[in-house]
Amino acid sequence: MNKDTSIHKVLLLGSGALKIGEAGEFDYSGAQALKAMKEEGLETVLINPNIATVQTSEGFADKIYFLPVTPAFVERVIAKERPDGILLAFGGQTALNCGVELFRSGVLERYGVKVLGTPVRAIIDTEDRELFVEKLDQIDVKTIRSSAASDKASALAIAEELGYPVIVRAAYALGGLGSGFCDNAEELDALVEKALAFSPQVLIEKSLRGWKEIEYEVVRDRFDNCITVCNMENFDPLGIHTGESIVVAPSQTLSNDDYHYLRSLAIKIIRHIGIVGECNVQYAYDPASMDYRVIEVNARLSRSSALASKATGYPLAFVAAKLGLGYGLFDLKNSVTRSTSAFFEPALDYVVVKIPRWDLGKFHGVKREIGSSMKSVGEVMAIGRTFEEAFQKGLRMIGQGMHGFVENRDFKVDDLERALADPTDKRVFAIAAAMKAGMDVDRIHELTKIDRWFLFKLHNIIATAAELEGYDGVDAIPAELMRLAKQQGFSDFQIARSVIKDAMADGEAGVLAVRERRKALGIVPVVKQIDTLAAEYPAMTNYLYLTYNGTQNDVDYLHDHRSVIVLGSGAYRIGSSVEFDWCSVNALMTVKKEGWRSVMINYNPETVSTDYDACDRLYFDELTFERVMDIIDLEQPHGTILSVGGQIPNNLATRLDARGVNILGTSARSIDNAEDRHKFSAMLDRLGIDQPRWRELTSLDDIHQFVAEVGYPVLVRPSYVLSGAAMNVCSNDDELVRFLSLAANVSKQHPVVVTEFIQDAKEVEMDAVAREGEIKAYAISEHIEYAGVHSGDATIQFPPQKLYVETMRRIKKVSAKIAKALNISGPFNIQFLAKDNDIKVIECNLRASRSFPFVSKVLKINFIDLATRIMLGHDVEKPAKSAFDLDYVGVKASQFSFSRLQGADPVLGVDMSSTGEVGCLGEMTSEAVLKSLLSVGQRIPQKGVLLSSGGAKHKAAMLDAARMLDARGYRIYATEGTQRFLEENGVKATRVYKPGEEGKPTALDILHSHDVDLVVNIPRDLSSAEITSGYIIRRAAIDLNIPLLTNARLASAFIGAFTSLSPDTVEIKAWDEY
Amino acid sequence: MRQPTPAVLVLEDGTRFEGYSFGHEAPAAGEVVFNTAMTGYPESLTDPSYEGQILVTTFPLLGNYGVPPQGGSPDLSEYLESSRIHCRAIIAQDYAWEHSHWLADRTLGDWLREEKVAGLYGIDTRALTKHLRESGSMLGKIIFEGQPEPESYDPNVHNLIAETSCTEVREYGPEDGKRVVLVDCGIKHNIIRCLSSRGVRVIRVPWDYDFTGMEYDGLFISNGPGNPDFADKTVEHIRRAMDTGKPICGICMGNQLLAKAAGAKIYKLKYGHRSHNQPVRRVGTNQCYITSQNHGFAVDDSTLPADWEPLFINMNDGTNEGIRHKSRPYFSAQFHPEASSGPRDTEFFFDEFIRLL
Repeated sequence: MNKDTSIHKVLLLGSGALKIGEAGEFDYSGAQALKAMKEEGLETVLINPNIATVQTSEGFADKIYFLPVTPAFVERVIAKERPDGILLAFGGQTALNCGVELFRSGVLERYGVKVLGTPVRAIIDTEDRELFVEKLDQIDVKTIRSSAASDKASALAIAEELGYPVIVRAAYALGGLGSGFCDNAEELDALVEKALAFSPQVLIEKSLRGWKEIEYEVVRDRFDNCITVCNMENFDPLGIHTGESIVVAPSQTLSNDDYHYLRSLAIKIIRHIGIVGECNVQYAYDPASMDYRVIEVNARLSRSSALASKATGYPLAFVAAKLGLGYGLFDLKNSVTRSTSAFFEPALDYVVVKIPRWDLGKFHGVKREIGSSMKSVGEVMAIGRTFEEAFQKGLRMIGQGMHGFVENRDFKVDDLERALADPTDKRVFAIAAAMKAGMDVDRIHELTKIDRWFLFKLHNIIATAAELEGYDGVDAIPAELMRLAKQQGFSDFQIARSVIKDAMADGEAGVLAVRERRKALGIVPVVKQIDTLAAEYPAMTNYLYLTYNGTQNDVDYLHDHRSVIVLGSGAYRIGSSVEFDWCSVNALMTVKKEGWRSVMINYNPETVSTDYDACDRLYFDELTFERVMDIIDLEQPHGTILSVGGQIPNNLATRLDARGVNILGTSARSIDNAEDRHKFSAMLDRLGIDQPRWRELTSLDDIHQFVAEVGYPVLVRPSYVLSGAAMNVCSNDDELVRFLSLAANVSKQHPVVVTEFIQDAKEVEMDAVAREGEIKAYAISEHIEYAGVHSGDATIQFPPQKLYVETMRRIKKVSAKIAKALNISGPFNIQFLAKDNDIKVIECNLRASRSFPFVSKVLKINFIDLATRIMLGHDVEKPAKSAFDLDYVGVKASQFSFSRLQGADPVLGVDMSSTGEVGCLGEMTSEAVLKSLLSVGQRIPQKGVLLSSGGAKHKAAMLDAARMLDARGYRIYATEGTQRFLEENGVKATRVYKPGEEGKPTALDILHSHDVDLVVNIPRDLSSAEITSGYIIRRAAIDLNIPLLTNARLASAFIGAFTSLSPDTVEIKAWDEY
Repeated sequence: MRQPTPAVLVLEDGTRFEGYSFGHEAPAAGEVVFNTAMTGYPESLTDPSYEGQILVTTFPLLGNYGVPPQGGSPDLSEYLESSRIHCRAIIAQDYAWEHSHWLADRTLGDWLREEKVAGLYGIDTRALTKHLRESGSMLGKIIFEGQPEPESYDPNVHNLIAETSCTEVREYGPEDGKRVVLVDCGIKHNIIRCLSSRGVRVIRVPWDYDFTGMEYDGLFISNGPGNPDFADKTVEHIRRAMDTGKPICGICMGNQLLAKAAGAKIYKLKYGHRSHNQPVRRVGTNQCYITSQNHGFAVDDSTLPADWEPLFINMNDGTNEGIRHKSRPYFSAQFHPEASSGPRDTEFFFDEFIRLL
């Protein structure tokens, strides 16, 4: 064994909040690395403010710090903990950048901290484009020729010389931030300015649009042994960021020569750079020769490496961590076979398709085009034994209402050719529409540059759909056609729709008819194992998927009813992310601990729940009714848990219940009573519980009448949305009419729910666990923002700091009543509005909520463990009352990714827009606010602050904060009204002019000159208008990478915190020290 | 819907796998073996080591990139490993009726029909592979309805080396290079390419050709199909060549024949090594390599004479992957340093040989 024995204590840097370009994959990587360290008996210290992650759970690291992953905080933890080694490769770009800074500033050397794995020198060689090109030049490996520019003029000159189109990249940026294609000087000018705001240097290079994009995941140990664990091919050609591309593994259109040519190059590259651990090499590859360019090398675990781990069963992060400790690959075993060596390259006997999940519909003003910068918020991985099967599974998994490649709602587009040539998040459906309209593969290839092979395969699906459509009724489908359709990944729903067509009023009946018919024909899926060696050696793990391309199951079924299925959360999206993975993993752990076999169904490659050692059996497959029933048919479990994976499993309750599935915990009937607005409302009335007035209405006249009753503003939720966000607050007739006529439809078929909107109310959350209607544990938390900011975007403090005791008591009483009425057994969440001492219920979910990990960790009572034991019917003890009495506070803050969403208005509203969150602890609220906001990318300003608050109320709300800024010597800039208000109240402020106003300096001037380093811009009202001057200022702040706050209460809290506390002196304490 | 012809694979133990034809529609028989490589079907099909075998590809998609042209000459193809397909049939889960690659000039199905080789898809190749793994390689037949059942064919009782070797001496590479006698036991063309591109004169001789009287600087024994016991003549020639002390090198069958010449024994593996991901370690070092392999027999390390030692071992099952003489320049590899198909990490093997000349 070759282990480095000088290392006893290791520090691991996490990646912080989930954001576009840096998401759940790093929870998985970090958790694996911690597991590897633990196996070696090392002491571990973790810094990660992301409280919802699995890695920050008890038992993963010895010491956990919920602190920002920034050099200053990390240095303080190093000084306190004195680790021997540090792992930089497992926390994405955040950890890597932080590590490079600590290296450069000499901190690591000063404290004698050894960087484990790839040396920092090698990291720098891959991160700095110029050094990188130079390095690869030394071994005659071709890179994309690019030249660096640090100002606009030289950027333009370089582009002229290369010839358009060119691509612009910002150095040291994650996921292609600030990058893009430019077809002319004008586009270049705009992009370069933006990119330079993020990075001191931009790189201009010739575009190779249309080339294939291929990646290799490579591992090297310190003895120079190398393997490539996986290669992957992008379905979308070069030009679309790999995070935005559909990706297939292994590559499908490369010949043996192509494959091994690029493989050998990848090994040559990582040997020359000197990686120890894992890295990926991305290539552009000419579709008509063997010409190539290296696009980039990531000297760390990445989104691709997480995907490769899940795609192959090779635990890259785990192995990379071990290599960092000095082991050779030959020292380690293949963790699937447990007998063969970890020095090998997985052989796949299936094909994997990754599809990104976008949520662009959640944002106002965002551009839908996809390109060289990442916008997707999550991804899915589908496994099949034909490409068609995996592809159609994947399109269902992304959960955007699509049933697969065909048999979807009609895809309407004005210009089909343009929809093919200019990629958007919907392009794949444009391909389906084009094929259906008869456009041939060659023409589609010309427009999209997608390799014909993929298009031929997709055309097979179209051909089968057309054939199915020739039959009338489910019983008319010939067995062979039914089988072929299933082998190509058609769902029962797609088959039903293809033969029942428009007459399919009752979708459920059609789906069940197909299910019965195919089962009668013996057409059922089989279960196959992912074993890393294509069946050459027996596998010891149960990493499974279902396919119709096979005749035998790989696993035996005991049918002893001793297993419990937990349904996972699916693709990360806005509103559902790592927090439900934490819930799922904890439920699995409890199921196992309590003596049951744990079974997971989930398909998100970024998660820990889809790690095959998180459970006894992992079905990496769909969470559709059809697939869940397939698995229940095979598994015949004791029961199924739906309440820990967010809304996707919860939505299946009624249908599964109707098929006799044993749902553990709260009954499907109760779930329906809480989900159905009318039933829930009637129940509250019956119980005498107050709620905001609401009505479901079908005409504008009715709406006006209701508004006359409750007054403006109102919250409007259409059931059918034409464009933009689904929910809106309207403050007057004008807005209401505009919203309902432009953005939504109101009719008998498409009713609109209108709710009175109570202003200046506090929002309070109740997270709780009950058993047979009796609450066993609860956590009440309080939003810092007033109601109107989605609870997923709000900043939450727990325990509540400014809530009346009377309000708390009422909330507990009402919650107890609801728990009893719905006979809740398991986790649930209720949201309240509180104003004065009145409370109103706004929502109730009979499942774990987003804040479960946060309150569980702050309280140090695991709500999911408790809930799972209850659902299993096991005894639980009510935690002692004193356990709810804390002498510290936790603050959960939201992470936004507006910088990636070009054009989106970075304002908070009733629809959720954050992509992640953090949770930090402090002795007092201000301390926790400071740590948590610094963790989500806010920075303490050094120069000036721009204040611009619409409305008198907001101006007044900001006055104290402005005084504090003034007292601390900040230069305050303000727009007209705000500036006048401040001066009147004795606060010095420099007037700046809004866009559209005459005068100097303008707000944009001081943003571009970076004279301000914090912008507080509070929109006048809650409605989202199109292009206002406020929007322009907000967007400019985001594009210029200047911290922005848009809520008066949050801004006040942050300003109050940083003017009274210094991050250099706030207390640094590990979780267990609170 | 396409109306493909049904066909059945029947194993000697009676197990049946039903699928459809995409190749030549005539019965076939041979030894059923599986290969876990994810690329390289044109190379595998033309690899003489697959003579008499029915090849099951565990990677479920087959035919994606079509088939490259033969190129070069029948003696030395540009893109393939010999002048014809040697497998009796090829079997996969799914077949790509339409291919896409700039180099391809026909589909895999077209090629199989041209060469009258069967191709089946729609078969649960994972279940078939597990069956072969548990029961060992076995004979099998491909049967088409309405066509007579073929006679069984056991490649292990035929002298396949004689069937696949060239019949006359041919030379390649620069005339003024060092002279390497290359014994063709059913050679893959890439071995010729790997040697001649390194500047040596290659004299390719038939498997039973007595080269001992020729003038040469080094001897190279190629890969080849089937049972090494049929190559006693070659073994005898190698034994005599050892008296000269000139460098001797071998690949795959060459490793087994060199071992036999040294006095060691060979045995048949349960289901062999056929893949691109076989890990081997150079004995006594920390150097490990991912190799391409295709063999059903192996050298029994314990029977190596005292002046010989294992050079490489397989890191998965500990079997022999190469031998060397302790003091003389004789060494060989069980894996394929010439790759094609497969990883190219061990091409240094040729350099090590040439340095000795």
